[in-house]
Amino acid sequence: MDSYIMLGQTALELGLIGGLTVLALFLSYSMLNVCDLSTDGCFTLGATVGAVVALAGHPLLSIPAAMCAGVVSGFVTAFLQTKMGINSLLAGIIVNTGLYSVNIAVMGNSSLLNMNTTDTVFTMLKGALKGTPLADWYKTIIALIAVVLVVVILALFLRTRLGLAIRATGDNPDMVKSSSVNPVFTTIVGLCISNAFTALSGCLLAQSQKSVNIDIGSGMVTVALASLLIGNAFMGKGRIAKRAVGVVLGSIIFRLVYTIALRFNMPAFMLKAVSSIIVIIAIAGPYLKSRYPMYARRLAHRRSLRNGGGDNA
Amino acid sequence: MLKISHISKTFNPGTNSEKLAIDDLSLDVKKGDFITIIGANGAGKSTLFNAILGSFITDRGSIALDGKDVTLESQHTRARDIGVLFQDPMRGSAPGMTIGENLALAAGHGGWLSHVTRAEREDFKKRLSVLGMGLEDRMNQPVGLLSGGQRQALTLLMATINPPKLLLLDEHTAALDPATADKVLELTNSIVSENNLTCLMVTHNMQQALDMGNRTIMMNKGNIIYDVTGQKRSALTVDDLLRKFKEVSGTTLDNDRMLLS
Repeated sequence: MDSYIMLGQTALELGLIGGLTVLALFLSYSMLNVCDLSTDGCFTLGATVGAVVALAGHPLLSIPAAMCAGVVSGFVTAFLQTKMGINSLLAGIIVNTGLYSVNIAVMGNSSLLNMNTTDTVFTMLKGALKGTPLADWYKTIIALIAVVLVVVILALFLRTRLGLAIRATGDNPDMVKSSSVNPVFTTIVGLCISNAFTALSGCLLAQSQKSVNIDIGSGMVTVALASLLIGNAFMGKGRIAKRAVGVVLGSIIFRLVYTIALRFNMPAFMLKAVSSIIVIIAIAGPYLKSRYPMYARRLAHRRSLRNGGGDNA
Repeated sequence: MLKISHISKTFNPGTNSEKLAIDDLSLDVKKGDFITIIGANGAGKSTLFNAILGSFITDRGSIALDGKDVTLESQHTRARDIGVLFQDPMRGSAPGMTIGENLALAAGHGGWLSHVTRAEREDFKKRLSVLGMGLEDRMNQPVGLLSGGQRQALTLLMATINPPKLLLLDEHTAALDPATADKVLELTNSIVSENNLTCLMVTHNMQQALDMGNRTIMMNKGNIIYDVTGQKRSALTVDDLLRKFKEVSGTTLDNDRMLLS
Protein backbone atom coordinates (compact mmCIF):
# COMPACT_ATOMS: atom_id res chain seq x y z
CA MET A 1 0.00 0.00 0.00
CA ASP A 2 2.80 2.36 0.90
CA SER A 3 4.30 1.97 -2.52
CA TYR A 4 1.01 3.08 -4.06
CA ILE A 5 0.96 6.23 -1.95
CA MET A 6 4.53 6.88 -2.96
CA LEU A 7 3.68 6.45 -6.62
CA GLY A 8 0.71 8.75 -6.26
CA GLN A 9 2.88 11.26 -4.49
CA THR A 10 5.49 11.15 -7.26
CA ALA A 11 2.79 11.57 -9.90
CA LEU A 12 1.30 14.50 -8.00
CA GLU A 13 4.67 16.15 -7.58
CA LEU A 14 5.67 15.69 -11.24
CA GLY A 15 2.20 16.77 -12.32
CA LEU A 16 2.43 19.97 -10.32
CA ILE A 17 5.98 20.82 -11.41
CA GLY A 18 5.13 20.04 -15.04
CA GLY A 19 1.89 21.93 -14.49
CA LEU A 20 3.91 25.13 -14.46
CA THR A 21 4.95 24.47 -18.06
CA VAL A 22 1.32 23.67 -18.88
CA LEU A 23 0.31 27.03 -17.39
CA ALA A 24 2.97 28.66 -19.56
CA LEU A 25 1.40 27.04 -22.64
CA PHE A 26 -2.03 28.05 -21.33
CA LEU A 27 -0.82 31.63 -21.72
CA SER A 28 1.10 31.27 -25.00
CA TYR A 29 -0.95 28.58 -26.80
CA SER A 30 -4.50 29.06 -25.48
CA MET A 31 -4.46 32.81 -24.93
CA LEU A 32 -1.89 34.26 -27.35
CA ASN A 33 -2.45 31.53 -29.96
CA VAL A 34 1.30 31.06 -30.44
CA CYS A 35 2.68 27.52 -30.42
CA ASP A 36 5.96 28.19 -28.62
CA LEU A 37 8.37 25.50 -29.79
CA SER A 38 11.20 26.96 -27.73
CA THR A 39 9.53 25.42 -24.67
CA ASP A 40 11.90 22.40 -24.52
CA GLY A 41 15.04 24.52 -24.62
CA CYS A 42 13.64 27.10 -22.22
CA PHE A 43 12.69 24.37 -19.75
CA THR A 44 16.27 23.08 -19.86
CA LEU A 45 17.58 26.64 -19.59
CA GLY A 46 15.61 27.14 -16.36
CA ALA A 47 17.00 23.84 -15.07
CA THR A 48 20.64 24.61 -15.91
CA VAL A 49 20.61 28.24 -14.73
CA GLY A 50 18.79 27.27 -11.52
CA ALA A 51 21.24 24.43 -10.91
CA VAL A 52 24.33 26.55 -11.49
CA VAL A 53 23.10 29.29 -9.14
CA ALA A 54 22.16 26.69 -6.49
CA LEU A 55 25.56 25.03 -6.86
CA ALA A 56 27.14 28.44 -6.31
CA GLY A 57 25.44 28.45 -2.90
CA HIS A 58 22.32 30.53 -3.54
CA PRO A 59 19.34 28.15 -3.47
CA LEU A 60 16.74 30.93 -3.07
CA LEU A 61 18.29 33.10 -5.75
CA SER A 62 18.16 30.16 -8.17
CA ILE A 63 14.40 30.61 -8.66
CA PRO A 64 14.37 34.26 -9.84
CA ALA A 65 17.58 33.64 -11.78
CA ALA A 66 15.96 30.79 -13.74
CA MET A 67 12.84 32.86 -14.37
CA CYS A 68 14.89 35.82 -15.63
CA ALA A 69 16.69 33.48 -18.03
CA GLY A 70 13.25 32.34 -19.23
CA VAL A 71 12.16 35.94 -19.79
CA VAL A 72 15.24 36.57 -21.95
CA SER A 73 14.60 33.41 -23.95
CA GLY A 74 10.94 34.35 -24.43
CA PHE A 75 11.92 37.83 -25.49
CA VAL A 76 14.24 36.50 -28.20
CA THR A 77 11.54 34.14 -29.53
CA ALA A 78 8.96 36.94 -29.55
CA PHE A 79 11.36 39.46 -31.08
CA LEU A 80 12.20 37.10 -33.96
CA GLN A 81 8.55 36.57 -34.85
CA THR A 82 7.28 40.12 -34.39
CA LYS A 83 10.19 42.26 -35.53
CA MET A 84 12.36 40.03 -37.75
CA GLY A 85 9.67 38.55 -39.98
CA ILE A 86 10.39 34.97 -38.94
CA ASN A 87 7.42 32.61 -38.83
CA SER A 88 6.42 31.98 -35.23
CA LEU A 89 6.95 28.19 -35.37
CA LEU A 90 10.35 28.65 -36.97
CA ALA A 91 11.32 31.32 -34.42
CA GLY A 92 10.65 28.80 -31.64
CA ILE A 93 12.66 26.06 -33.35
CA ILE A 94 15.60 28.40 -34.00
CA VAL A 95 15.69 29.55 -30.38
CA ASN A 96 15.30 25.96 -29.20
CA THR A 97 18.32 24.88 -31.25
CA GLY A 98 20.39 27.83 -30.09
CA LEU A 99 19.52 27.14 -26.47
CA TYR A 100 21.15 23.70 -26.68
CA SER A 101 24.55 25.36 -26.98
CA VAL A 102 23.62 27.98 -24.39
CA ASN A 103 22.64 25.27 -21.92
CA ILE A 104 25.89 23.33 -22.37
CA ALA A 105 27.77 26.59 -21.87
CA VAL A 106 25.77 27.43 -18.73
CA MET A 107 26.69 24.04 -17.28
CA GLY A 108 30.35 24.81 -17.96
CA ASN A 109 30.94 22.75 -21.08
CA SER A 110 29.24 19.73 -19.58
CA SER A 111 25.96 18.00 -20.34
CA LEU A 112 25.31 16.87 -16.78
CA LEU A 113 25.32 18.53 -13.37
CA ASN A 114 24.89 16.74 -10.08
CA MET A 115 23.25 18.37 -7.06
CA ASN A 116 23.34 15.44 -4.61
CA THR A 117 24.96 17.45 -1.85
CA THR A 118 23.78 20.89 -2.94
CA ASP A 119 21.43 23.05 -0.91
CA THR A 120 18.24 23.64 -2.92
CA VAL A 121 14.83 25.05 -2.08
CA PHE A 122 13.76 21.45 -1.57
CA THR A 123 16.50 20.54 0.92
CA MET A 124 15.78 23.79 2.75
CA LEU A 125 12.13 22.88 3.28
CA LYS A 126 13.04 19.28 4.02
CA GLY A 127 15.23 20.51 6.88
CA ALA A 128 12.50 22.81 8.15
CA LEU A 129 9.84 20.07 8.14
CA LYS A 130 12.00 17.42 9.81
CA GLY A 131 10.05 15.50 12.46
CA THR A 132 6.63 16.88 11.45
CA PRO A 133 3.93 14.74 9.81
CA LEU A 134 4.48 16.64 6.57
CA ALA A 135 8.14 15.63 6.38
CA ASP A 136 7.63 13.32 3.41
CA TRP A 137 5.65 15.88 1.44
CA TYR A 138 8.25 18.64 1.14
CA LYS A 139 8.59 18.28 -2.63
CA THR A 140 4.84 18.33 -3.18
CA ILE A 141 4.45 21.35 -0.91
CA ILE A 142 6.97 23.44 -2.84
CA ALA A 143 5.47 22.43 -6.17
CA LEU A 144 1.98 23.21 -4.86
CA ILE A 145 3.02 26.65 -3.59
CA ALA A 146 4.58 27.47 -6.97
CA VAL A 147 1.50 26.30 -8.87
CA VAL A 148 -0.94 28.18 -6.64
CA LEU A 149 1.11 31.36 -6.97
CA VAL A 150 1.30 31.08 -10.75
CA VAL A 151 -2.42 30.29 -11.10
CA VAL A 152 -3.37 33.28 -8.94
CA ILE A 153 -0.97 35.59 -10.77
CA LEU A 154 -2.23 34.40 -14.18
CA ALA A 155 -5.89 34.68 -13.24
CA LEU A 156 -5.42 38.21 -11.94
CA PHE A 157 -3.13 39.23 -14.78
CA LEU A 158 -5.42 38.02 -17.56
CA ARG A 159 -8.17 40.29 -16.22
CA THR A 160 -6.01 43.42 -16.36
CA ARG A 161 -6.06 45.68 -19.37
CA LEU A 162 -2.77 44.21 -20.57
CA GLY A 163 -4.09 40.69 -20.00
CA LEU A 164 -7.23 41.45 -22.01
CA ALA A 165 -5.05 42.91 -24.78
CA ILE A 166 -2.95 39.73 -24.84
CA ARG A 167 -6.08 37.57 -25.08
CA ALA A 168 -7.51 39.72 -27.85
CA THR A 169 -4.22 39.43 -29.77
CA GLY A 170 -4.67 35.66 -29.83
CA ASP A 171 -8.44 35.74 -30.27
CA ASN A 172 -8.81 38.24 -33.13
CA PRO A 173 -5.56 39.60 -34.59
CA ASP A 174 -7.54 41.60 -37.20
CA MET A 175 -9.33 43.48 -34.48
CA VAL A 176 -6.14 44.20 -32.56
CA LYS A 177 -4.36 45.43 -35.68
CA SER A 178 -6.87 48.24 -36.12
CA SER A 179 -7.05 49.03 -32.39
CA SER A 180 -4.76 51.07 -30.19
CA VAL A 181 -3.20 47.86 -28.88
CA ASN A 182 0.21 47.10 -30.38
CA PRO A 183 0.27 43.34 -31.13
CA VAL A 184 4.08 43.38 -31.12
CA PHE A 185 4.06 44.57 -27.52
CA THR A 186 1.42 42.10 -26.33
CA THR A 187 3.16 39.16 -28.03
CA ILE A 188 6.49 40.06 -26.45
CA VAL A 189 5.04 40.50 -22.97
CA GLY A 190 3.01 37.29 -23.28
CA LEU A 191 5.95 35.16 -24.37
CA CYS A 192 8.29 36.67 -21.75
CA ILE A 193 5.86 35.77 -18.97
CA SER A 194 5.05 32.30 -20.29
CA ASN A 195 8.74 31.45 -20.70
CA ALA A 196 9.43 32.63 -17.14
CA PHE A 197 6.95 29.98 -15.98
CA THR A 198 8.50 27.34 -18.24
CA ALA A 199 11.95 28.08 -16.82
CA LEU A 200 10.59 27.97 -13.26
CA SER A 201 9.17 24.56 -14.07
CA GLY A 202 12.55 23.32 -15.32
CA CYS A 203 14.38 24.80 -12.34
CA LEU A 204 12.10 23.03 -9.84
CA LEU A 205 12.26 19.69 -11.66
CA ALA A 206 16.07 19.75 -11.71
CA GLN A 207 16.27 20.62 -8.03
CA SER A 208 13.72 18.03 -7.00
CA GLN A 209 15.57 15.24 -8.81
CA LYS A 210 18.93 16.66 -7.71
CA SER A 211 20.46 16.59 -11.13
CA VAL A 212 20.17 18.20 -14.50
CA ASN A 213 21.16 16.86 -17.89
CA ILE A 214 20.91 18.41 -21.29
CA ASP A 215 17.90 16.23 -22.22
CA ILE A 216 15.77 17.19 -19.22
CA GLY A 217 13.41 19.29 -21.36
CA SER A 218 13.22 17.23 -24.50
CA GLY A 219 9.65 16.59 -25.59
CA MET A 220 8.34 18.85 -22.83
CA VAL A 221 6.22 20.89 -25.24
CA THR A 222 4.28 17.82 -26.37
CA VAL A 223 3.87 16.48 -22.82
CA ALA A 224 2.62 19.90 -21.67
CA LEU A 225 0.34 20.23 -24.69
CA ALA A 226 -1.15 16.81 -23.93
CA SER A 227 -1.80 17.90 -20.34
CA LEU A 228 -3.30 21.18 -21.52
CA LEU A 229 -5.68 19.41 -23.88
CA ILE A 230 -6.69 16.89 -21.19
CA GLY A 231 -7.40 19.83 -18.88
CA ASN A 232 -9.44 21.59 -21.58
CA ALA A 233 -11.52 18.45 -22.05
CA PHE A 234 -12.57 18.59 -18.39
CA MET A 235 -12.63 22.30 -17.59
CA GLY A 236 -12.12 24.11 -20.89
CA LYS A 237 -15.03 26.51 -20.53
CA GLY A 238 -15.84 29.27 -18.09
CA ARG A 239 -13.72 31.65 -16.11
CA ILE A 240 -10.00 31.96 -16.67
CA ALA A 241 -9.17 30.86 -13.10
CA LYS A 242 -11.22 27.69 -13.52
CA ARG A 243 -9.56 26.89 -16.84
CA ALA A 244 -6.11 27.48 -15.34
CA VAL A 245 -6.86 25.08 -12.50
CA GLY A 246 -8.18 22.69 -15.13
CA VAL A 247 -4.94 22.54 -17.07
CA VAL A 248 -2.97 21.84 -13.87
CA LEU A 249 -5.40 19.02 -13.13
CA GLY A 250 -4.81 17.85 -16.70
CA SER A 251 -1.10 17.70 -15.94
CA ILE A 252 -1.68 15.67 -12.75
CA ILE A 253 -4.10 13.31 -14.51
CA PHE A 254 -1.57 12.78 -17.28
CA ARG A 255 1.16 11.86 -14.78
CA LEU A 256 -1.18 9.59 -12.81
CA VAL A 257 -2.24 7.69 -15.91
CA TYR A 258 1.38 7.44 -16.97
CA THR A 259 2.39 6.15 -13.53
CA ILE A 260 -0.36 3.54 -13.62
CA ALA A 261 0.75 2.49 -17.09
CA LEU A 262 4.27 2.05 -15.73
CA ARG A 263 2.87 -0.26 -13.03
CA PHE A 264 1.45 -2.38 -15.82
CA ASN A 265 4.96 -2.72 -17.19
CA MET A 266 4.82 -0.08 -19.89
CA PRO A 267 8.46 0.82 -20.50
CA ALA A 268 9.39 4.29 -19.25
CA PHE A 269 10.59 5.41 -22.65
CA MET A 270 6.99 5.31 -23.90
CA LEU A 271 6.17 8.59 -22.11
CA LYS A 272 6.77 10.71 -25.15
CA ALA A 273 4.98 8.45 -27.61
CA VAL A 274 1.96 8.44 -25.30
CA SER A 275 1.97 12.23 -25.06
CA SER A 276 2.24 12.52 -28.85
CA ILE A 277 -0.74 10.22 -29.31
CA ILE A 278 -2.80 12.17 -26.77
CA VAL A 279 -2.06 15.43 -28.58
CA ILE A 280 -2.97 13.88 -31.93
CA ILE A 281 -6.26 12.50 -30.61
CA ALA A 282 -7.17 15.72 -28.81
CA ILE A 283 -6.59 17.92 -31.85
CA ALA A 284 -7.59 15.57 -34.67
CA GLY A 285 -10.65 14.20 -32.83
CA PRO A 286 -12.83 17.31 -32.98
CA TYR A 287 -11.70 17.94 -36.56
CA LEU A 288 -12.64 14.44 -37.72
CA LYS A 289 -15.90 14.69 -35.84
CA SER A 290 -16.82 17.86 -37.72
CA ARG A 291 -16.01 16.14 -41.01
CA TYR A 292 -17.96 13.00 -40.12
CA PRO A 293 -21.25 13.96 -41.85
CA MET A 294 -19.39 14.44 -45.12
CA TYR A 295 -17.60 11.08 -44.83
CA ALA A 296 -20.87 9.39 -43.92
CA ARG A 297 -22.65 10.82 -46.93
CA ARG A 298 -19.83 9.88 -49.29
CA LEU A 299 -19.85 6.34 -47.98
CA ALA A 300 -23.61 6.10 -48.37
CA HIS A 301 -23.31 7.45 -51.89
CA ARG A 302 -20.68 4.86 -52.85
CA ARG A 303 -22.74 2.10 -51.33
CA SER A 304 -25.81 3.11 -53.29
CA LEU A 305 -23.77 3.21 -56.50
CA ARG A 306 -22.48 -0.28 -55.81
CA ASN A 307 -26.06 -1.46 -55.28
CA GLY A 308 -26.92 -0.27 -58.75
CA GLY A 309 -28.82 2.83 -57.74
CA GLY A 310 -28.08 6.06 -59.59
CA ASP A 311 -29.58 8.06 -56.78
CA ASN A 312 -27.47 10.78 -55.27
CA ALA A 313 -28.48 10.05 -51.70
CA MET B 1 -9.77 68.01 -38.48
CA LEU B 2 -8.37 65.70 -41.14
CA LYS B 3 -6.14 67.14 -43.84
CA ILE B 4 -4.96 64.82 -46.58
CA SER B 5 -2.52 66.43 -49.00
CA HIS B 6 -1.52 64.86 -52.30
CA ILE B 7 -1.19 61.26 -51.14
CA SER B 8 -0.36 58.47 -53.59
CA LYS B 9 0.03 54.74 -53.14
CA THR B 10 1.13 52.11 -55.64
CA PHE B 11 0.79 48.46 -54.68
CA ASN B 12 3.28 45.86 -55.97
CA PRO B 13 5.46 48.41 -57.79
CA GLY B 14 7.59 47.01 -60.61
CA THR B 15 5.53 43.85 -61.04
CA ASN B 16 2.78 42.73 -63.40
CA SER B 17 0.16 43.40 -60.77
CA GLU B 18 1.32 46.97 -60.17
CA LYS B 19 -1.66 49.09 -59.22
CA LEU B 20 -1.89 52.78 -58.58
CA ALA B 21 -4.56 52.63 -55.87
CA ILE B 22 -4.46 56.24 -54.70
CA ASP B 23 -3.44 58.93 -57.19
CA ASP B 24 -2.52 62.35 -55.80
CA LEU B 25 -5.58 62.57 -53.57
CA SER B 26 -6.29 65.57 -51.36
CA LEU B 27 -9.18 65.96 -48.93
CA ASP B 28 -9.94 68.49 -46.23
CA VAL B 29 -12.41 67.35 -43.58
CA LYS B 30 -13.81 69.89 -41.12
CA LYS B 31 -14.64 69.09 -37.51
CA GLY B 32 -18.14 67.67 -37.24
CA ASP B 33 -18.33 66.78 -40.94
CA PHE B 34 -20.16 63.57 -41.84
CA ILE B 35 -18.98 62.64 -45.32
CA THR B 36 -20.44 59.80 -47.34
CA ILE B 37 -18.18 58.22 -49.96
CA ILE B 38 -19.36 56.40 -53.08
CA GLY B 39 -17.53 54.92 -56.04
CA ALA B 40 -17.17 51.86 -58.24
CA ASN B 41 -15.42 48.67 -57.13
CA GLY B 42 -11.69 49.29 -56.93
CA ALA B 43 -12.04 53.06 -56.91
CA GLY B 44 -9.79 53.26 -53.85
CA LYS B 45 -12.38 53.88 -51.13
CA SER B 46 -11.08 51.22 -48.76
CA THR B 47 -7.48 52.03 -49.69
CA LEU B 48 -8.13 55.63 -48.67
CA PHE B 49 -9.40 54.39 -45.30
CA ASN B 50 -6.38 52.14 -44.87
CA ALA B 51 -4.11 55.08 -45.64
CA ILE B 52 -5.85 57.17 -42.99
CA LEU B 53 -5.71 54.26 -40.51
CA GLY B 54 -2.03 53.69 -41.21
CA SER B 55 -2.20 50.05 -42.24
CA PHE B 56 0.36 51.15 -44.84
CA ILE B 57 2.46 54.28 -45.22
CA THR B 58 1.71 56.31 -48.35
CA ASP B 59 4.40 56.72 -51.03
CA ARG B 60 3.96 60.47 -51.20
CA GLY B 61 1.97 63.22 -49.54
CA SER B 62 0.96 63.84 -45.95
CA ILE B 63 -1.93 63.17 -43.59
CA ALA B 64 -2.63 65.42 -40.63
CA LEU B 65 -5.19 64.67 -37.94
CA ASP B 66 -6.35 67.51 -35.70
CA GLY B 67 -3.31 69.59 -36.63
CA LYS B 68 -0.83 66.79 -35.98
CA ASP B 69 1.12 65.18 -38.81
CA VAL B 70 0.49 61.42 -38.59
CA THR B 71 1.88 60.47 -42.03
CA LEU B 72 4.59 58.23 -40.60
CA GLU B 73 2.85 57.16 -37.39
CA SER B 74 2.07 53.50 -36.77
CA GLN B 75 -1.43 52.13 -36.94
CA HIS B 76 -1.91 51.53 -33.22
CA THR B 77 -0.75 55.05 -32.35
CA ARG B 78 -3.26 56.56 -34.77
CA ALA B 79 -5.95 54.19 -33.51
CA ARG B 80 -6.16 56.16 -30.26
CA ASP B 81 -7.84 58.94 -32.24
CA ILE B 82 -9.55 56.95 -34.99
CA GLY B 83 -12.43 54.51 -34.60
CA VAL B 84 -13.21 52.13 -37.45
CA LEU B 85 -15.92 49.67 -38.48
CA PHE B 86 -15.48 47.29 -41.39
CA GLN B 87 -18.04 45.43 -43.46
CA ASP B 88 -17.27 42.12 -41.74
CA PRO B 89 -18.97 42.18 -38.33
CA MET B 90 -16.55 39.49 -37.10
CA ARG B 91 -13.61 41.83 -37.49
CA GLY B 92 -14.26 44.27 -34.71
CA SER B 93 -14.56 42.16 -31.56
CA ALA B 94 -12.88 39.15 -29.95
CA PRO B 95 -15.24 36.13 -30.11
CA GLY B 96 -13.63 34.20 -27.26
CA MET B 97 -13.90 37.07 -24.82
CA THR B 98 -17.06 38.24 -23.08
CA ILE B 99 -19.03 41.36 -24.03
CA GLY B 100 -17.81 43.00 -20.83
CA GLU B 101 -14.17 42.14 -21.55
CA ASN B 102 -14.40 43.47 -25.09
CA LEU B 103 -15.83 46.75 -23.84
CA ALA B 104 -13.21 46.95 -21.09
CA LEU B 105 -10.47 46.55 -23.66
CA ALA B 106 -12.02 49.22 -25.89
CA ALA B 107 -12.57 51.62 -23.00
CA GLY B 108 -9.00 51.09 -21.84
CA HIS B 109 -9.19 53.38 -18.82
CA GLY B 110 -6.28 53.35 -16.40
CA GLY B 111 -2.87 51.73 -16.69
CA TRP B 112 -1.91 48.42 -18.23
CA LEU B 113 -2.36 46.55 -14.96
CA SER B 114 -5.69 48.12 -13.99
CA HIS B 115 -8.83 46.05 -13.55
CA VAL B 116 -12.35 46.96 -14.61
CA THR B 117 -14.19 48.66 -11.75
CA ARG B 118 -17.79 48.14 -10.73
CA ALA B 119 -18.62 51.69 -11.84
CA GLU B 120 -17.21 50.97 -15.29
CA ARG B 121 -19.30 47.81 -15.58
CA GLU B 122 -22.41 49.80 -14.68
CA ASP B 123 -21.46 52.31 -17.36
CA PHE B 124 -21.04 49.49 -19.92
CA LYS B 125 -24.46 48.14 -18.98
CA LYS B 126 -26.06 51.52 -19.49
CA ARG B 127 -24.45 51.96 -22.88
CA LEU B 128 -25.43 48.44 -23.97
CA SER B 129 -29.06 49.04 -22.99
CA VAL B 130 -29.15 51.97 -25.43
CA LEU B 131 -28.61 49.47 -28.26
CA GLY B 132 -31.97 47.90 -27.37
CA MET B 133 -30.71 44.38 -28.09
CA GLY B 134 -30.76 43.01 -24.56
CA LEU B 135 -26.97 42.76 -24.52
CA GLU B 136 -26.82 44.46 -21.11
CA ASP B 137 -27.99 41.19 -19.54
CA ARG B 138 -25.37 39.13 -21.41
CA MET B 139 -22.21 40.91 -20.27
CA ASN B 140 -20.55 37.65 -19.23
CA GLN B 141 -21.29 35.77 -22.43
CA PRO B 142 -18.65 35.34 -25.12
CA VAL B 143 -19.10 37.64 -28.11
CA GLY B 144 -18.89 34.61 -30.41
CA LEU B 145 -22.50 33.80 -29.47
CA LEU B 146 -23.86 37.08 -30.86
CA SER B 147 -25.44 37.54 -34.28
CA GLY B 148 -23.71 39.63 -36.96
CA GLY B 149 -25.95 42.63 -36.30
CA GLN B 150 -25.42 42.44 -32.56
CA ARG B 151 -21.67 42.19 -33.07
CA GLN B 152 -21.63 45.18 -35.39
CA ALA B 153 -23.66 47.21 -32.90
CA LEU B 154 -21.21 46.18 -30.17
CA THR B 155 -18.29 47.14 -32.41
CA LEU B 156 -19.89 50.54 -32.97
CA LEU B 157 -20.15 50.98 -29.22
CA MET B 158 -16.54 49.86 -28.74
CA ALA B 159 -15.26 52.22 -31.44
CA THR B 160 -17.03 55.20 -29.92
CA ILE B 161 -16.85 54.44 -26.17
CA ASN B 162 -14.02 56.98 -25.99
CA PRO B 163 -15.30 59.43 -28.62
CA PRO B 164 -12.63 59.31 -31.38
CA LYS B 165 -11.56 62.39 -33.31
CA LEU B 166 -12.46 60.56 -36.49
CA LEU B 167 -14.83 57.66 -37.16
CA LEU B 168 -14.40 55.58 -40.33
CA LEU B 169 -17.28 53.37 -41.49
CA ASP B 170 -16.41 51.05 -44.38
CA GLU B 171 -19.76 49.70 -45.62
CA HIS B 172 -20.43 48.67 -42.06
CA THR B 173 -24.02 47.59 -42.67
CA ALA B 174 -23.53 45.88 -46.06
CA ALA B 175 -23.26 42.38 -44.57
CA LEU B 176 -26.37 42.70 -42.39
CA ASP B 177 -29.97 41.86 -43.21
CA PRO B 178 -32.04 44.96 -44.14
CA ALA B 179 -33.85 45.33 -40.82
CA THR B 180 -30.66 44.97 -38.78
CA ALA B 181 -28.82 47.28 -41.17
CA ASP B 182 -31.45 49.97 -40.58
CA LYS B 183 -31.13 49.52 -36.85
CA VAL B 184 -27.33 49.81 -36.93
CA LEU B 185 -27.53 52.86 -39.21
CA GLU B 186 -29.99 54.49 -36.82
CA LEU B 187 -27.59 53.81 -33.94
CA THR B 188 -24.73 55.20 -36.00
CA ASN B 189 -26.64 58.41 -36.65
CA SER B 190 -27.56 58.92 -33.02
CA ILE B 191 -24.06 58.15 -31.69
CA VAL B 192 -22.41 60.39 -34.28
CA SER B 193 -24.73 63.34 -33.63
CA GLU B 194 -24.72 62.88 -29.85
CA ASN B 195 -20.91 63.04 -29.71
CA ASN B 196 -20.62 65.46 -32.64
CA LEU B 197 -18.17 63.02 -34.26
CA THR B 198 -16.30 63.69 -37.48
CA CYS B 199 -17.14 60.78 -39.70
CA LEU B 200 -16.35 59.26 -43.10
CA MET B 201 -18.70 56.56 -44.37
CA VAL B 202 -18.25 54.41 -47.45
CA THR B 203 -21.55 53.09 -48.75
CA HIS B 204 -22.78 51.36 -51.87
CA ASN B 205 -26.29 52.66 -51.33
CA MET B 206 -26.63 55.90 -53.33
CA GLN B 207 -29.81 56.99 -51.57
CA GLN B 208 -28.14 56.46 -48.20
CA ALA B 209 -25.15 58.47 -49.40
CA LEU B 210 -27.43 61.42 -50.04
CA ASP B 211 -29.66 60.98 -46.98
CA MET B 212 -26.92 60.69 -44.37
CA GLY B 213 -24.26 63.24 -43.49
CA ASN B 214 -23.62 66.72 -44.82
CA ARG B 215 -21.23 66.09 -47.70
CA THR B 216 -20.79 63.42 -50.38
CA ILE B 217 -17.71 62.59 -52.39
CA MET B 218 -17.44 60.28 -55.38
CA MET B 219 -14.24 58.39 -56.07
CA ASN B 220 -12.83 56.88 -59.25
CA LYS B 221 -9.40 55.46 -60.08
CA GLY B 222 -7.83 56.49 -56.80
CA ASN B 223 -9.03 60.05 -56.76
CA ILE B 224 -12.02 62.21 -55.87
CA ILE B 225 -14.00 63.09 -58.98
CA TYR B 226 -16.97 64.82 -57.40
CA ASP B 227 -17.42 66.59 -54.10
CA VAL B 228 -20.78 68.07 -53.16
CA THR B 229 -22.19 69.74 -50.06
CA GLY B 230 -24.82 72.19 -48.87
CA GLN B 231 -27.89 73.14 -50.89
CA LYS B 232 -26.55 71.73 -54.11
CA ARG B 233 -26.37 68.35 -52.39
CA SER B 234 -29.89 68.56 -50.94
CA ALA B 235 -31.25 68.99 -54.44
CA LEU B 236 -29.44 65.91 -55.80
CA THR B 237 -31.17 62.64 -56.69
CA VAL B 238 -29.68 59.20 -57.27
CA ASP B 239 -30.14 59.67 -61.01
CA ASP B 240 -28.20 62.93 -60.84
CA LEU B 241 -25.36 61.08 -59.13
CA LEU B 242 -25.29 58.35 -61.77
CA ARG B 243 -25.31 60.94 -64.57
CA LYS B 244 -22.59 62.89 -62.81
CA PHE B 245 -20.46 59.78 -62.58
CA LYS B 246 -20.77 59.06 -66.29
CA GLU B 247 -20.02 62.66 -67.14
CA VAL B 248 -16.86 62.90 -65.03
CA SER B 249 -15.43 59.41 -65.47
CA GLY B 250 -16.64 58.60 -68.97
CA THR B 251 -17.98 55.18 -67.89
CA THR B 252 -21.06 53.99 -66.09
CA LEU B 253 -20.94 53.25 -62.40
CA ASP B 254 -20.35 49.51 -62.48
CA ASN B 255 -20.81 48.62 -58.87
CA ASP B 256 -23.11 45.62 -59.08
CA ARG B 257 -24.37 46.04 -55.57
CA MET B 258 -25.29 49.64 -56.29
CA LEU B 259 -27.56 48.59 -59.09
CA LEU B 260 -29.29 46.10 -56.86
CA SER B 261 -29.99 48.50 -54.04
